[in-house]
Amino acid sequence: MDALFTERATILAAFWMTLRLTAVSALGSLVLGTVLSGMRVSPLPVLRTASQVYVTVARNTPLTLVLLFTSLGVGANLGVEFSAQISVNNYWLAVLGLTAYTSAFVCEALRAGINTVPVGQAEAARAVGLGFGQTLGFVVLPQAFRAVIPPLGSILIALTKNTTVALVAGVAEASVRMREMIEIYGDQVIQIFLGFAAGFLVLCLPTGLLFGWLSRRLAVAR
Amino acid sequence: MSKRLISVALTTAIVALSVSACGNGDDTGSSVVDRAAKDKKLVIGVKADQPGLGLRTPDGSFSGFDIDVAKYVAKELGVDQKDITFKEAVSANREAFLQQGQVDMVVATYSINDARKQKVSFAGPYLVAGQDLLVREDNKAIKGPKSLNGKKLCSVAGSTSAQLIKDKYAKDVQLQEERTYSACVDRVLTGQLDAVTTDNSILYGYAAQHPGKLKVLNSPFSEEKYGIGLKKDDKKGRDAVNDALAKMVSDGSWAIALKSNLSESGFRVPRLERY
Amino acid sequence: MSGHSNLYEIPGRRGVIRNRVLAAVITAAFAWLGYVVYARFDERDQWAAEKWQPLLRADVWTTFILPGLEGTLKAAGLGIVLAGAFGLVFATARMSDHAWIRVPAAAVVEFFRAVPLLLLIFCAFFGSFALTGTTMSPFAAVVLGLTLYNGSVIAETLRAGVNSLPKGQAEAARALGMPKGQMMVLVLMPQAIVAMMPAIISQFIVLLKDSALGFIVGYDELVDRGLNGIAANFSNVIPAALLVAAIFIAINTALDALAHWLQQRISKGRKVTREPGRDTATPQPAAMDDALAKPL
Repeated sequence: MDALFTERATILAAFWMTLRLTAVSALGSLVLGTVLSGMRVSPLPVLRTASQVYVTVARNTPLTLVLLFTSLGVGANLGVEFSAQISVNNYWLAVLGLTAYTSAFVCEALRAGINTVPVGQAEAARAVGLGFGQTLGFVVLPQAFRAVIPPLGSILIALTKNTTVALVAGVAEASVRMREMIEIYGDQVIQIFLGFAAGFLVLCLPTGLLFGWLSRRLAVAR
Repeated sequence: MSKRLISVALTTAIVALSVSACGNGDDTGSSVVDRAAKDKKLVIGVKADQPGLGLRTPDGSFSGFDIDVAKYVAKELGVDQKDITFKEAVSANREAFLQQGQVDMVVATYSINDARKQKVSFAGPYLVAGQDLLVREDNKAIKGPKSLNGKKLCSVAGSTSAQLIKDKYAKDVQLQEERTYSACVDRVLTGQLDAVTTDNSILYGYAAQHPGKLKVLNSPFSEEKYGIGLKKDDKKGRDAVNDALAKMVSDGSWAIALKSNLSESGFRVPRLERY
Repeated sequence: MSGHSNLYEIPGRRGVIRNRVLAAVITAAFAWLGYVVYARFDERDQWAAEKWQPLLRADVWTTFILPGLEGTLKAAGLGIVLAGAFGLVFATARMSDHAWIRVPAAAVVEFFRAVPLLLLIFCAFFGSFALTGTTMSPFAAVVLGLTLYNGSVIAETLRAGVNSLPKGQAEAARALGMPKGQMMVLVLMPQAIVAMMPAIISQFIVLLKDSALGFIVGYDELVDRGLNGIAANFSNVIPAALLVAAIFIAINTALDALAHWLQQRISKGRKVTREPGRDTATPQPAAMDDALAKPL
């Protein structure tokens, strides 16, 4: 346990980075995923196709490559710069990559949620004169969200763990620090691993419980 | 009951998988010399992604200075070029490969140092490289590690070279860690970053891939002695490989290999460190 | 998509015109975005022929892409078999009547579901040396990581599948005097596997994608061997990455299509064989989508 104790400040900083990556990417994915699912059911074929193509590509590409594209493609080649500080810039590019990847799964979950909303709901909304945006935003999506809380929870947990791949984009989160520590304290590999695993258990298990509670609390009574 | 049987079977399978997968290494034919003489075959660990040193080329063969050295040494040990199996050894795997006997020797930009000598033994050095900087051809601002303050520097994850610059020469340098040198080079070419740092031997290979666009500063600020890694206590093998290296230098093959792989570098003949 | 047409009225004459104008504006915006990307990449010579032509060479494929693909498929193939077995064993164990089997099984499943796969692979590789004195091969480390993580997810999927079966199934088995183990193996598991097949295949897609994480221990798969190998020769990281991504997308889309086809077949089979009002065996759609939507 010596290594874990000596390096506790570094480890906490690494998990703080993991947490920041998760939180900001989760927010981004929720917004982008909602927009994508709205596009998917919109009256305009262009938007439906665009959303479908996007989701297919993002879901089926390994996250390693998605992050490579945002880091090297968007960052270096498109010349998008969020900050002159490399570490800050890398952080935002990693958030961009994680958001791009995760929003595809959010979109799929929401689409399934939209399917569970009874047809009568949308028909009633149209009957009182609501347009597409109003029907979707005020009637269908609020119910869809409540139906898909469990899968959204799974996606959030997966995102938390996926932040470890951000090392591809050069962000010093938990997995980077673990690698370094294993290199330095080669004799304590198992302890180091269990320490970092415990960190992720602490992050992931409450998320699972919280979403279980939320889904029971917010279930749509039918 | 059946589920316990299954779980026992599964555990066995996993253990067997992990053991068998790293097997075939326990036939410890004491020295690499004996193994070469007996089997007329060698497995050599090399880098596969470093142009000029060890590169897997599209025709499936390997090329580079490390490869030429490996071939020469193998020939001296009585093994024909066609009987060498080159195996990719990434930096993290090199000690493990030797310890388990997955390879007979390692010729893979392998710097000799005391920590590594605890685990493996080294013949050589066959090349003395030094840490250097690779920048765009038109970059006049960077003249050495000291001029890196406020600049953006790329290095490969797990290498100590970038940290050395930050600690000793330019504490305000910004570091980007990449997985591969190719990606580092791309970032410098696009103008996102200013320089790549690692051994000059590696940098020359990339400079040669982009003539007129990239240059090596050619002011090395460290000394990296590349050795040939062998099993820990293989004194006999170490002596034989050292003899082979001495011959390679004396008959001119070393200079030819250097010229054909790292023509611009101007490396000098290193002095063998026998022990 | 026609399924969502109830979200909006069929547009009238003005609606059609408005939609066309909107569509044109949006298409133009997408085209502009595409052009910006094209132009920026062009400035940096990313479309240069010497970066793309190597991708068409036969020897590039036989030396880099195909061996890489073989590595990916080998790890994924073995991973699928072992993860399936792991899932079966641990799903069964977690539903055992004996607490000394049930509790450890639950702990194992929950642990491996919560630990990032990247850390798992990395530690299998380096931890094996600390534990046994020999280092696992990169291949074994990747397969072990894929098995433990995906196996745990499949165990949970199967358990959800068994729980969604009608009570009558277990009761009938018990009435016939079947012991618990036999009931699981002969009656409940087969139905759970069929019901959860689409979700299980989706998990296999995840597994295939995750094999790309083998780069961390230097395993020769599509990203390490294919992308890095090609890029070291031709300094074309972006084009090579696009090619490798395209290969992954092609394989995964095919698997995805298989999952959808199976799902349709299963739901069709249900409608024919079950009386109306008795289709409680259909897993809750939410549970199914939950599993389907689960990334990594």
